[in-house]
Amino acid sequence: MLVYGFINSLILALIALGFSMTFGISRVANFAHGAFYVLGGLLTWLFLRKAGMPYFVAAILAVLIMGILGALMYRFLLQRLRGLELSEVIATFAVGLMILELMRCFGVMGFQYRLPAFVRGSVSVFGTYVGIQRLIIVGAGLVLLILLYLFVHHTKLGLAFRGVAQDDHTAYTVGINPDKVSMLSLTLGAMIVSLAAILILPLGTISVDDGYDILLKSLAVCIIGGLESTLGVLVASFILGYAEILTVMYISASLSMVVPLLCMLIILLIRPSGLFGKYKELEERI
Amino acid sequence: MKERRRKERIDRGIKAVTDDIYCLSSLREIAYLVLPRVLPVIGLLLLIFLVPLYWKKVLVITFIMAIMAISWDFLSSCGLISLGQALFFAVGAYLAGGMNYYLGFPVYLTLPLATLFGGALSTMLIFPALRLRGMYFSMITLIIPLMLMRVVEATKIFGGTEGLSALSSLPGLYSSIGLSMLALFATLFGLRRLVASDYGLIFVALKDNDRAVEASGLNTLWFKVQAIYIGSAICAFCGAFMTHYYMNVGMSAFALDLSIFPIASCVVGGMGTLAGPLLGALILGPLSEALRSFGTFRIVIYSALMVVFIAGLPEGIFPYLRRKYEQTERWI
Repeated sequence: MLVYGFINSLILALIALGFSMTFGISRVANFAHGAFYVLGGLLTWLFLRKAGMPYFVAAILAVLIMGILGALMYRFLLQRLRGLELSEVIATFAVGLMILELMRCFGVMGFQYRLPAFVRGSVSVFGTYVGIQRLIIVGAGLVLLILLYLFVHHTKLGLAFRGVAQDDHTAYTVGINPDKVSMLSLTLGAMIVSLAAILILPLGTISVDDGYDILLKSLAVCIIGGLESTLGVLVASFILGYAEILTVMYISASLSMVVPLLCMLIILLIRPSGLFGKYKELEERI
Repeated sequence: MKERRRKERIDRGIKAVTDDIYCLSSLREIAYLVLPRVLPVIGLLLLIFLVPLYWKKVLVITFIMAIMAISWDFLSSCGLISLGQALFFAVGAYLAGGMNYYLGFPVYLTLPLATLFGGALSTMLIFPALRLRGMYFSMITLIIPLMLMRVVEATKIFGGTEGLSALSSLPGLYSSIGLSMLALFATLFGLRRLVASDYGLIFVALKDNDRAVEASGLNTLWFKVQAIYIGSAICAFCGAFMTHYYMNVGMSAFALDLSIFPIASCVVGGMGTLAGPLLGALILGPLSEALRSFGTFRIVIYSALMVVFIAGLPEGIFPYLRRKYEQTERWI
């Protein structure tokens, strides 16, 4: 149980990372996040099955295309709407819906739509049998987290990211173009989430409804953790991950989807800024 | 350097006279003010009798959806951008259905009761999120109906996935058209009057600058509760009405369509105008009916329309038309 909780938590963290990244930097709540997740998985599937590319190439291509898509969405849709929160929310939500429902129309559903696992088989970890795919998720998740941390804290671009996240006007005066950085943040968010999709989807099938689930989960994680901090995302996903596993084990599997909502409501009542939220956020929230 | 031309907009003389002086001296001025309000009402009334039976039924649904859209617009002009209007609808629908199914209340009792208690119940459900602003509120409202749907599915209350059926119906088609239309106009003109009043000013101020409201010594949370109650009671009425109209209530009451449609019609018609959503709904309702055979492709079309309008004509159709009506334009 401990092991599964750990894996579940890292999956959640992977999912929510892209969302919190985009939001933390550019203040765009990307409601198309779940759609990007499913689309990333589907693109990989298409390249793999229809175009017959090797797995590695297909994955990289899918991630790149998703990144470009995120950038395009920012450039041609969101850049016109900067500052109009209402319009931003509606626009990203509409784009997400469009992608998801379009896929539903083409009948993306069922067992044929599944990505193969990287490696089959399972090993025993602390006495529980765990599929190797899950272990890969854990490893890749940790690597991704560390890489992101290094990128944000030790490169010039990362510095620009943090600058815009703190105050985009000041960033502008020192020669950082906030639009460019925001566009990059959307690109990065889309890339991370499609990477997550490629890692996680071999555990199940690609389904459209996943898109909504993913969006809900990443929202929940981000609200609980506080939207700006990566640490918050990590801690919140551990809380949620273990809470879900506990519910499945002791109460009922069908109620596990309610857990995020309950956690969120409790957090909102106790600490409206989220566990690791900063004062600036608190001001914006209430 | 190339000379850049721009459009100059000037108010028509008649607008300047009628807008704030209120000394209407000629029939022409009265007509200028009254016609845009009266003509659509008459047009809709005529429409009921002119269209064939099938489209009459469509009209009822369109009216109900228009009410939802107007209520969404009201909430959004209070700064409460809800992405889960279906929640309010479903609460009303299940309340009316439950009262009718388990307690055997007749229609004329369930409709008002579901409206009043539905508003209260939805307000209670959404209360923890009310302290949040802007998109944080939207996030929570998006989640709540989807979660509640899961709860209904999992715990099998209210008939689970199948829902409650064989409920009593509304008496006759014409009375349901009449009722829905009456509700539509009551909502539209009632909310317009409300927003224009001193009391409604506070609601609009909540969106523009809620800190100023707080600084004026008003409790923002309390006013948000009131706004949500008004908005959700209206939607709960829609839910209760549709329950009796279809004579059943099921999980489709939580469906995403119901959350998307109001937003789409507001974006198309023009946000913050209250009349805009009606216009948008009157365009989108029949359109979605015509596209019924495409199934979920309808949602794709709604969202495509939303994207196009929000990027291309952010003000919406209604303000655009109004500008054409009130102002003259020329290139200078």
